[in-house]
Amino acid sequence: MTERGATVLYDVPGPRARLRNNALTLAFGVVLLLVAYFVWTKFDEKGQWKGELWQPFLRADTWTELILPGLLNTLVAAALAAVLALLFGAVFGIARLSDHRWVRIPAAVVVEAFRAVPVLMLIFFAQYGGSLAGLVVTEFTAVVFGLTVYNGSVLAEIVRAGILAVPRGQAEAGYAIGLRKNQVMRLILLPQAVTAMMPAIVSQLVVLLKDTALGFVVAYADLLNAGARVVPANYANLIPSVIVIAAVYIAINLALGYLAAWLERRSRRSRKVTADPAAAERAGGEVAFVR
Amino acid sequence: MEAVVDELPVILGAFWLTVKLTVVSGLISLVWGIALAAMRVSPLPVLRGAGALYVNVLRNTPLTLIIVFCGLGLGTVMDVQFSDDLSLNSFWLSIIGLSAYTSAFVCEVVRAGINTVPLGQAEAARAIGLTFLQTLRLVILPQAVRTVIAPLGSLLNALVKNTTVAAAIGVMEAALRMKNLFDAHGDAIIPIFLGFAAGFVVLTLPLNLLSGRLARRLAVVR
Repeated sequence: MTERGATVLYDVPGPRARLRNNALTLAFGVVLLLVAYFVWTKFDEKGQWKGELWQPFLRADTWTELILPGLLNTLVAAALAAVLALLFGAVFGIARLSDHRWVRIPAAVVVEAFRAVPVLMLIFFAQYGGSLAGLVVTEFTAVVFGLTVYNGSVLAEIVRAGILAVPRGQAEAGYAIGLRKNQVMRLILLPQAVTAMMPAIVSQLVVLLKDTALGFVVAYADLLNAGARVVPANYANLIPSVIVIAAVYIAINLALGYLAAWLERRSRRSRKVTADPAAAERAGGEVAFVR
Repeated sequence: MEAVVDELPVILGAFWLTVKLTVVSGLISLVWGIALAAMRVSPLPVLRGAGALYVNVLRNTPLTLIIVFCGLGLGTVMDVQFSDDLSLNSFWLSIIGLSAYTSAFVCEVVRAGINTVPLGQAEAARAIGLTFLQTLRLVILPQAVRTVIAPLGSLLNALVKNTTVAAAIGVMEAALRMKNLFDAHGDAIIPIFLGFAAGFVVLTLPLNLLSGRLARRLAVVR
């Protein structure tokens, strides 16, 4: 939305509208400042802005000893779960498009079932079900399992929608030059589908990264655990600590968000891909971009 | 299987709490999300900036962190009390967290809905002399509302599942109750899990079908 141009809601403001807008800007600015001041004083009453609560974050050892190990655990869990979820998504996304009913239907059941169950329940199930089967399931394994099957199922839907959005002529041309089913899928459909759906895939990976915070519930030593349990246990500064940790999460996710936007611009420019992501969304019905 | 039948009242109670969390925070986030969307499409840079800041901060923060901030930060440190009853208090604190988070997504969905209405529609409305409110009421909102139904449906679906995160501050909704039942019935883990999973399918499937059907029926041909 540009500053001065007409939008669907407002025409370009004339002199009177500009005057009115300036007055309203002033009024709402004052209201917003009052809200901010109110919040500030509420936290101040409880002494949350006191220097000693924030001072630990200026010391290197707080970061190297307490926070960065948590961040590392978060990133490791997210990276492993992302790789596994992408594999899961590719396998099940393709399986749902299989010509064989005995492949297609079980794949659909698995994908739909895991998409309907909350990640936290899958994490609990991995812990208890694993020990029932005699396996040693660490918090790390449980978190990675939950994130993999849930996000893998969502990615399977994204991959499927992407494949369906590749124009039919592409596959037909592949068959015409004598490629086999598996070659058509591997060499023609999948590369185009993945490129077209790249923004959706990256958005889902952002969701996955955010969901690693669920490890907090099962006491996995992740970034949130560092910010909400470890640091406050040392310095009794829960609110400052959670705010600092939130800033770290926001920075990482914004960076990934910009990556997704850049990929989208790039794939829109590219002429190599015939699939249109908007058409892919229509074909796939609901592709959840939110958790 | 026996454990599931024996504990059925407990399981239904947990799902009733899940439903209450979903409905209350869903309504709050709908209202607050529409207000945020109004801020983000307003002609005033102050409001646009404030709305964008809120949405970008809340959307990029893990829900677990937000709920922990509400439960421990607001609840314990800031001493925000809704009720003397501890479990009721954490229920309301988790409602704050869920609504604060979901409203950021509602805002983006509503804003996208308004932006998909072609500019020519509004220009035509202004050209035949409709006022701002008439343009909004007769031309823009009827089209925007229709495009917004399907994404709002999937948001509500996500919210049903997100309510389980309230377990982080000890709200006895379905996921935490399932963990407790795992502890109580170590020999019946798979039936209990399947029971709870079926509960979530029962909650989300009708929502999906309904929002999909509504969206198709009301689709705007462009």
